[in-house]
Amino acid sequence: MEYERKLTESIQGIRPSGIRRFFDIVNEMDNVISLSVGEPDFKTPWHVREAGIRSLELGKTWYTPNRGFRELREEICRFLYRRYQLTYDPDTEVVVTVGGSEAIDIALRCLCGAGDEVLIPQPSFVCYEPLTVMAGATPVTIETKAENAFRLTAEELEQAITDRTKLLVLPYPNNPTGAIMERDDLVAIARVIEKHDLMVLSDEIYSELTYGGKNHVSIASIDGMRERTVVINGFSKAYAMTGWRLGYAAAPVPIAEMLTKLHQYCIMSSPTTAQYAAIEALRHGDQDIAGMRSEYDMRRRFVVGTLCDMGLDTFTPEGAFYAFPCIRSTGLSSEAFCTRLLHEKRVALVPGSAFGDSGEGYVRLSYSYSLKHLSEALSLIEAFIREL
Amino acid sequence: MDKLLRILSENSSFTPAQLARMLGEPEDYIKAQIKAYEDSGVIRGYRAVVNWDNVPDSGVQALIELKVAPQQQKGFDEIAERIMGFDEVESVSLMAGSYDLLLTVKGETIQDVSSFVAKKLAALDGILSTATHFMLKRYKDNGVALVDTEASTDGREMVV
Repeated sequence: MEYERKLTESIQGIRPSGIRRFFDIVNEMDNVISLSVGEPDFKTPWHVREAGIRSLELGKTWYTPNRGFRELREEICRFLYRRYQLTYDPDTEVVVTVGGSEAIDIALRCLCGAGDEVLIPQPSFVCYEPLTVMAGATPVTIETKAENAFRLTAEELEQAITDRTKLLVLPYPNNPTGAIMERDDLVAIARVIEKHDLMVLSDEIYSELTYGGKNHVSIASIDGMRERTVVINGFSKAYAMTGWRLGYAAAPVPIAEMLTKLHQYCIMSSPTTAQYAAIEALRHGDQDIAGMRSEYDMRRRFVVGTLCDMGLDTFTPEGAFYAFPCIRSTGLSSEAFCTRLLHEKRVALVPGSAFGDSGEGYVRLSYSYSLKHLSEALSLIEAFIREL
Repeated sequence: MDKLLRILSENSSFTPAQLARMLGEPEDYIKAQIKAYEDSGVIRGYRAVVNWDNVPDSGVQALIELKVAPQQQKGFDEIAERIMGFDEVESVSLMAGSYDLLLTVKGETIQDVSSFVAKKLAALDGILSTATHFMLKRYKDNGVALVDTEASTDGREMVV
């Protein structure tokens, strides 16, 4: 069968993930020390796991309401208010999704279509471009720069806007750079958004992991922006709950209604067990987050300090759990650096180019590993650089 | 808890420079802190966590419960201090509950440990009774897992 003729052009036109391609090689090798995984090394806190187990023991294995349990939506709204001063109505403005990923997908499909341009700052997580294409819209990337601490500036945004621009994806705290956006940065962005009557998809999945006393600020908390923003967040990174696959979107009623409609048809309802666990996480998990954050912070200082000492120009990340050192001084491309490091020292990093062309010249190093593991890997990276 | 002590108690092989980076403090400050802990006796030494079960001919270990008659004035201290003087004894703790002292004892063979209990320990004044438990296998020691379990392996995958 000529499957090329059966499958759509759009899905066939999408490039496979650069991370995946690289890791197909890694998976073939033994004894590789990896600093590449993009999820917490912590396990879900025990009391949260227990809540999930308990719900199974009680036989609570049915679908939940389409939007998710009301109890969970209430806790989500309390959390968003407690942490980011955002006010949403649990009955009409929140939908619980299968990870932040589903929320991103349905928000893109609800907000943009053929003829629309979607602005995507890069380097950033790999899903925005393909999902925009699958929504029928056109992705337009904006290159953020190390000299601006990888933040999106109002000028960069203004320059990228055309008559067809519909939506800005705002991926902060950022994977892979570790950049955050502070209130002043967001205020400047907000003015441009309003001026051009755009919408914002704010992916805040790493919002609980910021360091140096700089708490996350949501763009929806900036004057005039709540009505233009879909806030996306979830349980994966903050509560170490990646495998439970649970996230959510919060948005004004007309948008939330459409998100719920699409979610209802493609997912019906998010995993029931995970929702019970998430209620427990939101009610009693603040201490767990604080503990993990402090651990990540220690690793962050260790990793960034060590990378700088070995002569790699490394931007100090203020969020997420990645360091994004510049490797141009080695004269190697991102891909060549990672491939040689893998073969010569058996250390796996992710080439920055996997996160967009603007990631070329950088590598992503995840510090969601134990200090001992990080220390071993960093020694090998140092030896690799010395021998170049 | 003090973060420096927590890191060192998990892994004492980090250098002061590394610890300084982790904790965001100057290296000299870290060195001074460590020295202060050593001088005041908070840090008593640095050693490897060895899984003796994997070392051939590394001997046997036993836990020994002791019931002891406390002495006037000195309570349990005098007898505990006498017991800790034996080379065979690795640890001595005063316990609340149905016995008084708990010892960890090491010997080359079961006979060695038995003869230590019978000839040296039981012979001490004030020992009312002993109960010896030989260890068969150690799964976790000093907070370190000595066996690889499913729960301790990093099962994370690259998914995107």
